[in-house]
Amino acid sequence: MIIAKPKPIEEIIDLVKDLKSVLVAGCDGCVTVCEAGGMKEAQVLASALRMYFRQQGKDTKVEETSLTRQCDRPYIAQLDDKIEKYDAVVSLACGAGVQFLAERFTKKPIFPGVNTCFIGVTEEKGEWTERCQACGDCILATTGGICPIARCSKRMSNGPCGGSSSGKCEISKETACGWHLIYERLKELGQLDRFEKPNDPKNWATSRDGGPRKIIKEVSQA
Amino acid sequence: MHLMTAMEEGADGVFVAGCLEGDCHYQAGNLRAKKRVAYVREILDKIGVGGERVAMYNLSAGQGPRFAEIAREMTEKIRALGPSPIRIAKRKAAGRPTTEEAA
Amino acid sequence: MSTNNTSKTPSKLQKIMDAGDFGVTSECGPPRGADGKIVEEKANLIGDYVDAINVTDNQTAVVRLSSLAACIRIKQMGYEPILQMVTRDRNRIGMQADILGAASFGIHNMLCLTGDHQSFGDHPNAANVFDLDSTQLIQTVKMMRDEKKLLSGFEMKVAPEMFIGCAANPFADPFEIRVSRLAKKIAAGAQFIQTQCIYNMDKFKEWMKGVVDRGLHEKAHIMAGMTPMKSLGMAKYMKNKVPGMDVPESVIERMAGVPKDKQAEEGIKMCIEQIQELKEVEGVRGFHIMAIEWEEKVPEIVKGSGLYPRPKID
Repeated sequence: MIIAKPKPIEEIIDLVKDLKSVLVAGCDGCVTVCEAGGMKEAQVLASALRMYFRQQGKDTKVEETSLTRQCDRPYIAQLDDKIEKYDAVVSLACGAGVQFLAERFTKKPIFPGVNTCFIGVTEEKGEWTERCQACGDCILATTGGICPIARCSKRMSNGPCGGSSSGKCEISKETACGWHLIYERLKELGQLDRFEKPNDPKNWATSRDGGPRKIIKEVSQA
Repeated sequence: MHLMTAMEEGADGVFVAGCLEGDCHYQAGNLRAKKRVAYVREILDKIGVGGERVAMYNLSAGQGPRFAEIAREMTEKIRALGPSPIRIAKRKAAGRPTTEEAA
Repeated sequence: MSTNNTSKTPSKLQKIMDAGDFGVTSECGPPRGADGKIVEEKANLIGDYVDAINVTDNQTAVVRLSSLAACIRIKQMGYEPILQMVTRDRNRIGMQADILGAASFGIHNMLCLTGDHQSFGDHPNAANVFDLDSTQLIQTVKMMRDEKKLLSGFEMKVAPEMFIGCAANPFADPFEIRVSRLAKKIAAGAQFIQTQCIYNMDKFKEWMKGVVDRGLHEKAHIMAGMTPMKSLGMAKYMKNKVPGMDVPESVIERMAGVPKDKQAEEGIKMCIEQIQELKEVEGVRGFHIMAIEWEEKVPEIVKGSGLYPRPKID
């Protein structure tokens, strides 16, 4: 899922400090699972903002809500009749959700309340790690199910590099060497012969490098 | 959220009593609470209310005298800090003086 | 892509090692400014004592005068440069362009590297490129040289003639695949290898045995990397702070066993001893002496190791 991290409250305060009425809009999707922008987080942020304004002697109204998702129109449409009363919305959804709200409510400033970070998994409660870079041309079948683009700091196709040490990446002892993991996995699968043949340069045109992407599934279109 | 609501309503301070570490009936409930208290303290510091108004103490259900001691300690601490800025602001907004101003 | 590694180029270094002699190279670290004279000074210090001079490419991700510009200057001085190129800072378009640029000035040696991560350098906030890795860069240069084609398939009228090199680190993990990685780079087209600097002689010999067992030493020329220790402080730094470096306790002890003003001398002595020992190891075809910011010692090391004078090639 998409993993995000709450923005520092100082940054959010700076965005809304001069407003009279703010809506904090959470999302029940990914950001709820990674505990960054769900209803719970929206409530805490709204309460903190109310206390901030109260302290400043301002009577700014701060309300909170959470939408099922902010990346599908029928759900964000639920705000249609409420949006007028707010000067701005702080959306705790991922970047996609924030943008979708901004596209629909063109006259309202929509501010991001979280930093969207990566596509990842829950390692354990409170810890999420990156797994996928959305390159658009998945090669996991050739690397034992471990992605060198997301998990190698240099996104090498023919790793590991000379900086791999004790299974850790040269950039930090906290970061596993992606290629070391691939090596161990291929060993387990009996596929070490994959290490002998050079992998050709990757086609990056299917990734961000090729420009903003679009997918159409004709059979699903109206 | 309970801590946030209490402070938002105007409480001058909140203290959370948890079991002694290692003795939690729910195993780690008191440890999770400790982290949440710390988290709320940080937020309160950042918005200018003051994280020291929220505190956590650990004691067992059988420690009556200790409970009283903590209650006194916390009361003294909050009294020294004065009314919460939220309460002062609320009273100002409602046009009523605080006890200090009245005195 | 063909797997012929024997393609001949005008490279002097290739001619010397193909003839069966030990090749000797050293490196020049360009300055952190626009003063080309520093490159000249360094090249002049070592030029007569080596067969070719490596120029590092933004080593440790620290911005320096570009490798290509320094190589051109060195070539024009009459010495033979080795263009080091990392894949961290340029994509395949930029790299192929630079290869053509180098070839247009008669530069015939290239070392293909992936490059240290930018977090090590002075611009940790930069985006990195890594469009290709070192193995793919090797494939690219080989294709440009042997098929006269760019990666896109475009046919060049005048193609670069590069003697292709790469780096190898016998001391990185996992050890079991270090020989296999070398095999892969050679399969991709590497013709000469410069290893990471060696202090752990036993581990290096173990790696060489694996290399020789697979006949890789006959497909590419292995050059042992040597860096003289300047001081005990440097030895400790290399041991603890540099990724992929293996410095045994015995080296630290040896440096610690001499007074501070004698440590540099001891480091040079140790380096020369190691070179003499490695000359006897099967498969070692040359030495790459990296005397970082200590280029003035290269002549002493080359002479002390019995590698001077260098063979003359017309």
